[in-house]
Amino acid sequence: MKFKKKSKLNVAIPTTSMPDIIFMLLIFFMVATVFKQFSGLKVQLPEAQRIQKVPVSKRLIITVWVDLNNKVVCDGFNLKDIKNLRNVVYQKLVKEPQSQIALKIDKNSNMGFVNKVHQELRKANALKVHYFAKPGAGGRG
Amino acid sequence: MLIGKKKDKSVDIPSASLSDIVFLLLIFFLVTTSIDTEKGLDLVLPPPNEDIVEIPKKNITNLLINAQGQVLLDNEIVEIGDIARIIKDKIFENELLIVSVKTDKDTKYETYVNVLDQLKKADAKKISLAEPDEE
Repeated sequence: MKFKKKSKLNVAIPTTSMPDIIFMLLIFFMVATVFKQFSGLKVQLPEAQRIQKVPVSKRLIITVWVDLNNKVVCDGFNLKDIKNLRNVVYQKLVKEPQSQIALKIDKNSNMGFVNKVHQELRKANALKVHYFAKPGAGGRG
Repeated sequence: MLIGKKKDKSVDIPSASLSDIVFLLLIFFLVTTSIDTEKGLDLVLPPPNEDIVEIPKKNITNLLINAQGQVLLDNEIVEIGDIARIIKDKIFENELLIVSVKTDKDTKYETYVNVLDQLKKADAKKISLAEPDEE
């Protein structure tokens, strides 16, 4: 019985097209990158299971942060008063009517304040909101 | 006077390091890109012009959450984990059911999100938010 001889073929990976591939990757990442001017507040998001991706592009998301001390930040605007949220969100909605709201609220905030945020958003006619949450076993089962 | 002759030298841009430069750029964009995996629970708020719509009582389920995080569903205290099952049964019986969620002003947001998560699990499409009573 004859065993197969080890072939002496030179099996080199073709590297001539490597720069092209890297170029493609580079272009992909350049397009996918969105530079956020403001990283927001530090919040501890609650946990939930039935979470969904926001169905619009990242550019159309207005993020509202609310932290433990009831400080509100809306896409880089540090709001001194919750009453200003209405105007800021309204201005953004005029520019991009398809926008949706992402609410990043600390899990230890209380609903009294969250409700004020709701009322402001309603007055700005921003009705599609998303309560951002971490995937996890929220709700105990 | 000598006018500078056109040189015959070929002036090539060195392209050997091109791929290195592109690599560097690639790494820069790789690092700065944050592909958001964050997701959330969606909800549609009621429109600002408050038209009061009369809804027959039998189509409403009241869900109250107090400051301690206890949930009262139609005058019965229930565990948060059981809400999905109970609401699912109720929706099965009555498709037009509207779940009215009312919170105390001291209710923790976490509890509220947990309850909302349960309602999503029960496929409750009609969720209404009642405003907490002012003191």
